[in-house]
Amino acid sequence: MNRTKRLILKNSTKESLAAFGFLLPNLIGFLVFTSLPVLASFVLSFVRWDLFSPPEFTGLDNFIRLFQDPYFWKYCWNTIYLMAAIPLSMTGSLLLALALNQKLKGIVFFRTVYFLPTICTGVAIYMLWRLLYNADFGLLNVTIAKMGEIFHLPLKGPNWLTDEEWAKPALIIMNVWQTMGGYNMILYLAALQGVPRDLYEAAEMDGANSWQKFWNVTWPQISPTTFFIATMSIIGGFQSGFDPAFIMTGGGPNGSTTTIIYYLFNNAFQWHQMGYAAAIAWGLFLIIFIFTLVKWKVFGKAVYYY
Amino acid sequence: MARELTVEELRREAKVKLWVKKFIAYTFLSTGALAMIAPFLWMVTTSLKEPGSLFSYDSVWWKDWIPTQFVWQNYIKAWHVVPFARFYLNSFFVTVCVTAGQVVTSSLAAYAFARLNFPGRDNLFFAYLATMMVPGAVTMIPVFILLRSLGWIDTYKAIILPGIFTAYGTFMLRQFFLTLPRELEDAAKIDGCGYLGIFWRIILPLSKPALATLTTFTFMGSWMNFMWPLIVINTHEKFTLPVGLSYFQSLHTTDWSLLMAGSLMMIFPIFVVFVITQRYFVEGIKLTGIRG
Repeated sequence: MNRTKRLILKNSTKESLAAFGFLLPNLIGFLVFTSLPVLASFVLSFVRWDLFSPPEFTGLDNFIRLFQDPYFWKYCWNTIYLMAAIPLSMTGSLLLALALNQKLKGIVFFRTVYFLPTICTGVAIYMLWRLLYNADFGLLNVTIAKMGEIFHLPLKGPNWLTDEEWAKPALIIMNVWQTMGGYNMILYLAALQGVPRDLYEAAEMDGANSWQKFWNVTWPQISPTTFFIATMSIIGGFQSGFDPAFIMTGGGPNGSTTTIIYYLFNNAFQWHQMGYAAAIAWGLFLIIFIFTLVKWKVFGKAVYYY
Repeated sequence: MARELTVEELRREAKVKLWVKKFIAYTFLSTGALAMIAPFLWMVTTSLKEPGSLFSYDSVWWKDWIPTQFVWQNYIKAWHVVPFARFYLNSFFVTVCVTAGQVVTSSLAAYAFARLNFPGRDNLFFAYLATMMVPGAVTMIPVFILLRSLGWIDTYKAIILPGIFTAYGTFMLRQFFLTLPRELEDAAKIDGCGYLGIFWRIILPLSKPALATLTTFTFMGSWMNFMWPLIVINTHEKFTLPVGLSYFQSLHTTDWSLLMAGSLMMIFPIFVVFVITQRYFVEGIKLTGIRG
């Protein structure tokens, strides 16, 4: 009896030790590059520090300044405005997935083609679109001008990236092009394939047409996926916008494409206001946190789980 | 008799309906495919044009798509105006280190979380999950300050080390390990196999799809990563491809052919990797999408 107990004890210590060994490399990294920096960032947000002179404790000053900073609010608005791409892109993803779900030949081909913009995302693509949007020689405006010539209309494309009115729509269009055939389409396709066949059969028995079948069977059945995609895209959306703006517009014209994360980058790494940048980061966290809470309160129950 | 006919008719009608549906679907899909591919084609043709010829805005639209002569030298030129080969090498080195490091450390930790009992396991796992909800922007500044105080700014370490440790990889692999049947492990245990043996001989071989997915995603993410290398690297010779390309753009703003040639050279390896690992990609998206 005593011996078995000791054996079990020994075994469980052995297991704990083994677990510790397995965890160690990851745990060190987790502590050094994630959890301690989270704490450090919190401390940093109460400090004024330019990296060169010694840091100076300023209490809540950074947060008060953040709250009163018109630029911060402007860039918040930019960030939210740019998220107009999300519903557009999601609609596109769903339509593409619905079309792909018709048991057609060549699905793999189409899927690959649609995925290209997502795969190739990054600096190269933003450089491409900067040229496409060029007011005088870009493909877009040349095409628009040609259309005008053909149909004898006075068509002229806007100065996409240099006009304050058009810079955000330009980034939105690019974003929709980039994302609609990507992850979300694949998720929608998987969701559509998971809708039970007998639900459609039952609907057909009741004489439902395609439109009714979509709204009464497909849409509610895939709503968990819609919910998931929307949530992830919005949380991602709050944190995005740096790469395209940096390459294509430099955050301009007149700050119209600067997002929260771009402002944070400028504060931290251009203007060396480490404390204020940390406060912006926590502001960003707070926005996402509030969004998550509101999401649970308002939409939490409106989803059809099966 | 009459009843059979109606069934036949119904069938025919359904068939016609199906054809119409398929026709609409194909038209829609092809239009979409064209919209996706057109910018890439323009990219290729632009990269092959005589530098400067774009500005001779001639009135024949299709000429925008077909270069009058193929200037392959653009690629050679783009390769040489900035140390492109060096950027490639840097990117490749950093990406391989990050990917290997992440797959190894995540799979080890994921095994501990999924299969081993130790005090505080659930709390620790919850801490991992909690940090996944904190935006990367929050940790970015302290990590930069840490690397700076270690004197690691402008070294590859500064890109690689923070890139290796993500809670996400651990989380994803843990979820996958939990779905594996335990019987094999029990049998191995009876045969006297240790934890490392079980991990190496049973868990890893069974988890090839999940590991391939994590590898692919990490590789792509690291290859394309722009902001972090931009922050921590200052010397041109140490630039990764995205940062190098952005630097290239700042030098040759108006040389469209060269810019597009450079961009295509950056995209090309990713394109190849994607075509080869497509299946894992699709599976991986489904796998990670399920967590919602």
